[in-house]
Amino acid sequence: MCGIAGLIHRGNTSNVGFELQGMLQALKHRGEDSTGYALYGKTDGQNFIMRFKVGENVAEGSSSVKEDVSVYDERKKIVDSYLSELGAKVIKEDRILPYSLRYEIQYEKDLMEFSQKIESVEGVEILSMGKSLEVIKDLGNAEVVCNRYNLDKVVGTHAIGHARMATESGVDIKSAHPFWGYPFSDVSVVHNGQLTNYWNNRRVLENKGMRFMSECDSELIAVYLAEKMRNGATLEEGMKESLVGLDGVFTYFVATKDSLGMAKDTMAAKPLVLYESDDLVAMGSEEIAIRSILPQEIETYDPFDGEVKVWQI
Amino acid sequence: MANLKASEKKSKAQSMGLHTEVLTGKTQQKFFNPDEAENFYYFGTYDVDFNKRTEIDVKNMDCREANKKIDELMKDGYGTIVIKNPQGKHSLGVGILNKLNLIFEGSLGYFGCGSMDGPIVRINGRVGWSCAENMMAGKVVIEKNAGSCFGAAIRGGDLICKGSVGARTGIDQKGGTIIIGGDAGAFTGFMMQRGRIIILGDVGINLGDSMYDGTIFVGGKIGSFGSDAVEAELTDSDQDWLKRKLKVAEIGENFDVSKMTKVVAGKKLWNYDALEPTEKKGAI
Repeated sequence: MCGIAGLIHRGNTSNVGFELQGMLQALKHRGEDSTGYALYGKTDGQNFIMRFKVGENVAEGSSSVKEDVSVYDERKKIVDSYLSELGAKVIKEDRILPYSLRYEIQYEKDLMEFSQKIESVEGVEILSMGKSLEVIKDLGNAEVVCNRYNLDKVVGTHAIGHARMATESGVDIKSAHPFWGYPFSDVSVVHNGQLTNYWNNRRVLENKGMRFMSECDSELIAVYLAEKMRNGATLEEGMKESLVGLDGVFTYFVATKDSLGMAKDTMAAKPLVLYESDDLVAMGSEEIAIRSILPQEIETYDPFDGEVKVWQI
Repeated sequence: MANLKASEKKSKAQSMGLHTEVLTGKTQQKFFNPDEAENFYYFGTYDVDFNKRTEIDVKNMDCREANKKIDELMKDGYGTIVIKNPQGKHSLGVGILNKLNLIFEGSLGYFGCGSMDGPIVRINGRVGWSCAENMMAGKVVIEKNAGSCFGAAIRGGDLICKGSVGARTGIDQKGGTIIIGGDAGAFTGFMMQRGRIIILGDVGINLGDSMYDGTIFVGGKIGSFGSDAVEAELTDSDQDWLKRKLKVAEIGENFDVSKMTKVVAGKKLWNYDALEPTEKKGAI
């Protein structure tokens, strides 16, 4: 059934990695096949942070095929050479796990061309590209993933995350949320629900040059919104259009460098509880997610059917 | 199908012996006999004293531990139990088949107070999805907002939310009364079969969709009517009942009920009668 959570601090920063970990761990009964974080941290705004993978986590329960680590090394080498060809300068390089890397990059040109080149390497996927955003996702529950990537100390303004019970596609990182809003920097999406016109929309979007990395229906939301924004729509306009263009039952969150939004389908079939104050907005599939960071008595409510809301930092 | 009157159908079915069938084995009917009341045992019920009051802090308990503790306290005769720090936990206060004053000082998660029969519950916070699902009797008052499927399939009792509620309130409702002080979401009264829903605020789209029976009263705007839901005349008797009910519920006592919209089933979707399929076959 999956669980989603998100929070945005308005006017200040906080330890969003730790807070989101608590929220997602409270939702682990909704699914712990994989957990993903989209964290919007403090950066100098000059360089891109690229999170990417050169292989899958093939731990127990994974639906991925096991590969030798030497294959990952080969792929990394090709990525490095492509970065050089593209004129991107790697400022800092971290290989967090054999299959998971974080590069700080100086790059000024078109991100679509950049992404297509990098992802042309077999088994390589950019998880996120942004000057504020970092997407971290892997198999296991929130605590496991947080510990594996040392996320509990990440400071930032806002974050969204997802605890996944795999239903429509495999147990692997490529199908895990959040999804990056390719090719826009700093856009990410998490979703709880099922989309029933996935293939119709996917075919249309692929014909327009948009890319899909998985067969997870939730990825469609990120690509759908990215395509709307590419054609000049604001985030909120794109989200409102999605209530008509996407068929099925869904509640989703989308975040950009300076905003966080939620949308709920017209059947209101998927849960969402929301807390709003002047300096903090927190939301999740269940109230216990919010309670993990706000244990005191608070005012919360369920947004109604067909509702779209966007908050700025 | 032959054009038979209902009485003719019934007599024809009876002539086939369908109404004189003697049930045996597991399906044997047992009727309550007042003379044997002292031998009648209702599982999970205790003699409690409302003046005997206690508090429990469930902050570090899971729902099973908390519900077990409530049961133990009722067994010890406590008739008023205050629950501290529920903190949005799921399934608290479920399956209570007893008279009891139960007070939650905080909010509940999903399925709070489900399948209960008799208690009077006050929740000084919010409730998540499916609050009081399948309630048979009693009264539940929520001081703040409620999630979706509020009062799903309740059979009886009063369920009162002073704030707003999510979608599908009163879905499959089979009796009792649901009262909402604020707004209600889409598909309110979806497939309701009996009972009443009162909404003082606005209500979303598809109100009363596919309802079989029952009545919905709305004080504010209606997003849209669902399939087979129609507006009906608000009678003097309806208004008297609404005033009395809102007063007893301590909500909207001064609300102008004369401007409420009454919604009932158009019954155009009905395609069956009082006969069981086997009876119908025999009657044709």
